[in-house]
Amino acid sequence: MNSEESSPIGRFRFMNAQSVNLDGFAIEDAKLGLIAFNSPADPQPSLVLGSDGEVIEMDSRAASDFDMVDEFIAKHGLDLTVAVEAMALSDLDFARMVVDPNISRTEVLRMAAGMTPAKLARSLSRLRPIELGMGMAKLRARRTPSNQAHVTNRSDDPLLLAADAATAAAFGFREIETTVPVLADAPSNAIAVSIGAAVGSRGVLVQCSVEEALELEMGMRGLVSYAETISLYGTEQVFIDGDDTPWSKTLLTSAYASRGIKMRVTSGGGSEALMGAAEGRSMFYLEARCVALARAIGSQGVQNGGIDSAAVAGSVPGGVRSLMAENVMVMARNLEACAGNDALMSESDVRRTSRTLPILLAGADFITSGFGSIQRYDNMFGPSQWNAEDIDDFLVIQRDWGVDGGLRTADEGNVAALRRRAVDAVRAVYRHLGLADFTDEWVEQAIDAAGSKDVLESDLLTPLVAARIIRETGITMIDVVRALYETGFEIEASRILEMLKARVAGDYLQTAAIFDESFNVLSLVTDPNDYAGPGSGYVPSPGRQTEIDAIRQQRSVADLRAEQAVHRSDVFHLVGQANPGSDPREVVIGVSPAVGRDIWLTLSGLTVVEALSELLAGLEEEGCVGRVVRVNATLDLGMIGLLAARLSGSGIGIGLQGKGTALIHRRDLSPLANLELYSVAPSLDASLYRLLGINAGRHAKGATPEPARNPYSDEAIEARYHTKVVALVDIEREHVNPDSGIEELRVEL
Amino acid sequence: MSRVGASGRDLSEVTLEAVRENEVVMADLSIHSDTLEHQAKVAQAHDNPQLAANFRRAAELTALTDEEVLALYESLRPHRSTGEELDATARSLEGRGAVLVAALFREAAEVYARRGLLRH
Repeated sequence: MNSEESSPIGRFRFMNAQSVNLDGFAIEDAKLGLIAFNSPADPQPSLVLGSDGEVIEMDSRAASDFDMVDEFIAKHGLDLTVAVEAMALSDLDFARMVVDPNISRTEVLRMAAGMTPAKLARSLSRLRPIELGMGMAKLRARRTPSNQAHVTNRSDDPLLLAADAATAAAFGFREIETTVPVLADAPSNAIAVSIGAAVGSRGVLVQCSVEEALELEMGMRGLVSYAETISLYGTEQVFIDGDDTPWSKTLLTSAYASRGIKMRVTSGGGSEALMGAAEGRSMFYLEARCVALARAIGSQGVQNGGIDSAAVAGSVPGGVRSLMAENVMVMARNLEACAGNDALMSESDVRRTSRTLPILLAGADFITSGFGSIQRYDNMFGPSQWNAEDIDDFLVIQRDWGVDGGLRTADEGNVAALRRRAVDAVRAVYRHLGLADFTDEWVEQAIDAAGSKDVLESDLLTPLVAARIIRETGITMIDVVRALYETGFEIEASRILEMLKARVAGDYLQTAAIFDESFNVLSLVTDPNDYAGPGSGYVPSPGRQTEIDAIRQQRSVADLRAEQAVHRSDVFHLVGQANPGSDPREVVIGVSPAVGRDIWLTLSGLTVVEALSELLAGLEEEGCVGRVVRVNATLDLGMIGLLAARLSGSGIGIGLQGKGTALIHRRDLSPLANLELYSVAPSLDASLYRLLGINAGRHAKGATPEPARNPYSDEAIEARYHTKVVALVDIEREHVNPDSGIEELRVEL
Repeated sequence: MSRVGASGRDLSEVTLEAVRENEVVMADLSIHSDTLEHQAKVAQAHDNPQLAANFRRAAELTALTDEEVLALYESLRPHRSTGEELDATARSLEGRGAVLVAALFREAAEVYARRGLLRH
């Protein structure tokens, strides 16, 4: 149902216009592979071994009928020493092993290693979402969770790439992925992002996602420190269409290792259906084949969770659940899980959050395999699930739940300095190597830019020419290190050299390896996940916990006091003890204890003095006289209003709290009653205070007041203002003095 | 062992000064086959025999140039090589001591023939 079709009633026309209705939803259709789990065409799990121990049947297919994917899995992907035991385990028994915190990760992995794709898929398909979470918390390889960022832009602008890479590193990302709208620009992107990352932090891994052979070549030249998009597919046809085989991918995988470069493979549910070659199988079963292949090939890790086909999975029932199950399956095979949450799978903010949240809460080796740290329009992979506009959201959600999603708050001044340095470094290196000369204007625009639309000076030829020179003159990362060193960027030179030297040690080739900011390797080997129930597993260090909690928006009472003090004025003059009046046209305005002392600004943004002057003007319009007194014994608005009314010649009083809430009271009413009440202080404005004054005047004269329209707002009033209210009430309480009487104030407007 | 690059150079010599003096090449920053063998044992000890096998194949590939490695990759892609070419590559690799990679090629030759992935 799209929003253009007419609907008979307004409620549904309104619903049709909501962003979730831009998403595509498919009726389950197993024939097309549009089914998340357990298609009728999924094979029955089976494993039959011949007399010399080799596989003669796997998942109901005889070895003589194996396609190349079956063949490779059967030959290399199964631990035949446990296969009989593993295949005999019931689906539910294994599912329970996954969920039960008392069963070790090692034990789960031991069984999974002997399971065929159909077996593992069928068993994991039994897990409910909450159980997937428990499984994930236990099964991921590395104890400390991390996160990956996309850093790209429409112009392949090297300066902006560097600034944004430094920014991403400042926000805590430990891997950065770049790619190119123009393939030939690739080496320039790799270098610019690597320099920016090195400015931002020690030990940030950088990849440039392009075609397989080109990416390996760049790796060999040191231009990237890892690779990820070595793609695997679940059907033979789609594999061949991708111009590879399991054997060529195996060679590629070993090629990276032979140079000491970290890599992982990429798969993801829905890709086969998307390419029309799912063979009627479920997405989860086909992904099980990919994951089995990844293990068989000898990759250390997998990027999956739908990836580019996440929306296809999302279109069918249970599809989002299958995306999380894919990550759990990777972990169960003792592989690093880079958990998707990258390609945008919904137009709805609500829905895309729901897709990621369970994984953030459970924790993965990488919560996302591509947080778009730049703006959507600059994300050359297409918009991500999470983009620059969501960084504060993500930080807040980490804090809300008390979980580590890999990100931290970055100080604005610090980021500005890093961006400048990153841009300066790239400019210096590109000039030194004869790649390009950037204008001062381009530099300044790139530093300040929120995106490439802000960099009018950039031109598309610059990265193209730079990349061509890099290629033709055989520039390697060693040349970049030298250039950084010779142009005065010694820190960055040593960070990039350090990353190159890590290839020699080989420690970061192990499963789930990242570098922390002291350049320690955190991996399955050095930082193994030991979750075994409450009180165990990863706990953020105190420093890290502070990073998570100290978001830039949080305010202390001291901050609020400072905000208030800015509006201090000297309009209030203490006259003396307030006495009862006798003028029948007099209306007394009672203000709260902190007024004229520490509270000067109401929640609506009007100053207290402005609110007061409107009240007084309203009274004057009705031919009445206003007198201002300050109540010290209580901060309660009803009581303040009543005390004012009792002093008032007309018997009518106005109560006004420093935060802006106000009411009209009368001397004979009980404290909690009133003639009119403005309770939502943030929604008030000058005209409403004026009207309150007018109405108080009319009450004093016995005339009919004018009804005030309650200000309407669909703002999340509580979320916006409650913390301020708590602080303001605290300030009021400081000034409450039961022994002080009511003071009369002269207000000099 | 893990302080020595494929070139045989110790990492302690790979300094910024050495880079500036043009004394450092990519082979100094490449992993040595002995280190890959060590990492293979670590992988094995952490319940990943396939990762270990990957590292051992990689150890054999350290002896090949970048161009040779890239050419090996190309030759294994669909419809790039005839069966004879794949077998010849296997023999050549065996001759250079790269028996694990050679086995990969022999296996590919056999499967590709069956699945129609050879060049004709």
